[in-house]
This record gives sequence, structure tokens and C-alpha cells, in this order.
Amino acid sequence: MASWRLGGSILVLVFCMARAAWAGEAAPAAADLVLEARVTAVATELRCLVCQNQTLADSNAPLAVDLREQIREQMKQGASERDIVEYMVARYGDFVLYRPPFKAATVLLWAGPALLVMAGFIALFYRLRRRRSEIAPELTAAESARAAALLAGNTDAEQR
Amino acid sequence: MNRYLLPLGVFAALVLLLGVGLSLNPREVPSPLIGKPAPAFQLPQLHQPEISIASKELHGKVWVLNVWASWCAACRDEHPVLTDLARSGIAPVYGLNYKDKRDDAVAWLKRFGDPYQTSLFDADGRVGIDYGVYGVPETYVIDRQGVIRYKRIGPVTPEIVQKKIVPLITELNRS
Repeated sequence: MASWRLGGSILVLVFCMARAAWAGEAAPAAADLVLEARVTAVATELRCLVCQNQTLADSNAPLAVDLREQIREQMKQGASERDIVEYMVARYGDFVLYRPPFKAATVLLWAGPALLVMAGFIALFYRLRRRRSEIAPELTAAESARAAALLAGNTDAEQR
Repeated sequence: MNRYLLPLGVFAALVLLLGVGLSLNPREVPSPLIGKPAPAFQLPQLHQPEISIASKELHGKVWVLNVWASWCAACRDEHPVLTDLARSGIAPVYGLNYKDKRDDAVAWLKRFGDPYQTSLFDADGRVGIDYGVYGVPETYVIDRQGVIRYKRIGPVTPEIVQKKIVPLITELNRS
């Protein structure tokens, strides 16, 4: 019916307007989405210095918000991921990298666990080898008999 | 005896490592800027926003840069120490008002006293980022050639002033 159609189109119009009016967060254009993805990719490799166990991407600290904004601006101006990482490291040091770089100073950090596990296995190996040579010698016939008697709970044998 | 010595030795070594580790402060991230030229800036003054100061105007003298904000509780703690340092006159202390509101900052200085030669207004924190600021308050000692020689993360204590800052400034003033 005509009135239904009118009502329906008014409803659709209202919804469209409502969506436009509710412009709290406008839907980003496609180019921005790509930029955001790149920003997040870099931010995931950097550490938030305030909440030190979070990446820049995850953290809500004011500094993290600022630094993300800085990354976004630099990327808009054409900086590469490498440029941005260098920029951050120049100002904050290696600690700003979420993955510690493999350097002379961090060799123990990276190799430590593997070395400890290896040391553990070596220790185990030697232990087992020594254990094998500690196996008790065979009992003589008399000793076996005595052992059997004791195990059987023979009081005569115990008194010996 | 020997079989107990090895695990005991390993345990003692571990305890030593843990002891050292626990005594370190993870918030004190060493700055890569020590020994590098202080990043250039041009910022309006807090009290006279029409007048800007550029970093190169400060060449030729040893100076102290203190990053502070009215919202920073620890800045209040270090304020008396900073006031003493400024009053001693061995080096001018400049403030970098970081991510603050001008009115709040001015009111804060009025309430607690203004030890700064002048405070620079870094509203969006960009200069702070250039200086590797991540936790206010932070204090830098910069020499005559504009090279950063020392950075203190966290409030300055009288001990730090006596043992590190004053000797450094004295030495830099001599050269």
C-alpha cells in the first residue's frame, strides 16, 4: 500500500540520517585503514615505556597515544617502518624495541635458556652413566638365602 | 661433601643474580641521548607566550633542563631540591612544562614557587618525545656545546644533586 511504502521510505531516510548524525566515529576511508594497519604493525614491535610489558599498540598510556600519533604522522609523510624504528631507538634506546635485539649485551638473554637446558641434559647424562656403575654386585648364594629367609619373616633367621 | 657443593654453588649464584636484579629499577631506562647533541627546539615561554626560546640561544652555558607538569605528583616532591639547586646559582634551571594546561602550570608555580629561569611550554609533548621523556619528572644536564651529559629519570634527590649533578656542572663549567 502507498502509505506503507511512504512510511517505509521515511523510516529508511530516518535511519540514514541517524547514522550520519551519529558521527561520533566516522567510518575511516579505505586509505586510512591501510595506514592504520601499518601503524599498528610498527606499534606492535615497539614497547610502551610506561607500561613496560605492553606494546605501543596495546597500551593506553598517554605516551603511547602520543607515540602512535607520531608514527601515524611520520608514515603520512612517507617514512618507512625502518625509519620510524630508528627514530624511536634514537630517542628511547634499545628498550623501546619489544623484541630485544640480538647484540653482545643480550646474548645471554637469548641463548641463556637453551644453554641451561643443554647443561641440564649433560648433567643428567653424566648422572645416569655414574648410576649404571653403581649397580649393586650380585649376591652370593649364602646371602641370597639369608635375604629370602628375612623376607619370609622367619624369626630364626632374624636372630642370626 | 662434593655432591652438595655443586647445587649449593649454583643456588648461591642464582641468589646473587636475583639480588642484583631486584635492586635494579626497571623504570630507569638508560638514555641513548647521553653524549649526543640536545635536540633543537623552539618553544613559547609559559609566562610570556609571545616570546619563544630556541635551544641554540642556550649554547655557551651549562644549563639544567627539568621536565615538569602540574599534574605530576613527584614533581612536587623534587621541587624543594630543585629550588635549592637553582638558588645555588651554579647553573640556570630551565623548565619544560610537559603536556600541561597553561593556567594550571602558572597556578602551580605560583603556589609552590618558581625555581626556573623560565619555563618552556610544550603543550603537545613533541619536544618531550625528542628528548626521550617518558616519565615526568626528568632532568637533563646540558653543556656549553649543547650536548646532553646527564639524564635523571624520576625526581632529583639531594643525594643525586650532591653526588652527580653538582660535580658534573662544576666540571663542565671548568672546561
